[in-house]
Amino acid sequence: MSRGEKGFGIIVTFCVMFLFWLILSELFDAFHLILGGICSAIVTLISHGLMVKGKSQKMLPKSLRLLFYIPWQLWQIVLANVDVAYRVLHPKMPINPLVIEFETSLRGDFALATLANSITLTPGTITIFVEPGKGKFWVHALAREPADAHLVDKTMQRKVAHVFME
Amino acid sequence: MLLVNVIVTIFLAIGMFFMFIGAIGLLRFPDFYTRLHATGKCDTLGEGLIIVGLIIYHLFHYPGTSLATVKLLFLIIFIFIANPTAIHAIVKAAYRRGLKPWRWGEGRR
Repeated sequence: MSRGEKGFGIIVTFCVMFLFWLILSELFDAFHLILGGICSAIVTLISHGLMVKGKSQKMLPKSLRLLFYIPWQLWQIVLANVDVAYRVLHPKMPINPLVIEFETSLRGDFALATLANSITLTPGTITIFVEPGKGKFWVHALAREPADAHLVDKTMQRKVAHVFME
Repeated sequence: MLLVNVIVTIFLAIGMFFMFIGAIGLLRFPDFYTRLHATGKCDTLGEGLIIVGLIIYHLFHYPGTSLATVKLLFLIIFIFIANPTAIHAIVKAAYRRGLKPWRWGEGRR
């Protein structure tokens, strides 16, 4: 990480933390602003490396694509809940759990975390384990059909890859 | 105002319904992993819908203090990020420990 990138990370983290303070406190007098500034500075010193890992390539288009990905993801969450509700309330409980594994082309930390969380929130699947080096996922599925969505169909993997341009 | 109240009630009711489903799933499903399917997903959407209902209520009944709605919105975002991450952490810990997933035809655990 070069010096310029580090400064960029510090500035971004400080601005986000200070904005967060303003929204949560709702107090705009000098005392609380200075207090907020000090707290934000301390948090920034400790954790600026966590939030911004250098200047990422093509940050703006990625953020825009992520914004378009979220509504689709929300719809998938609704479908997931209806699916679970059906399986829970059905008298015979139509579940047949299995563990599947598959490899993806994703390598970035944020991309892998997004796909892992998306898998957990979509119908009938939970991410058990991710191997970052190979982009390999172990997934627990409630039944055969939700597992096939990741093994055969791969819609979600393609969408996440599209968002993060990998 | 009546229309707003009806919409808010619908949101709250659907949210409660999904929380309820999560609780039933916790009792009915046979093992650790399948129970997490029920509680994890249903809690996420249930809490989300309830908070959306609260946001609408607040916007129309207390229009002066709109920053509170922003706080509620933050709650939704954090729940939607933290919930799947927590589920993943729990499942990973269990899997590492060697807990075998339940198969069709086995007894309840």
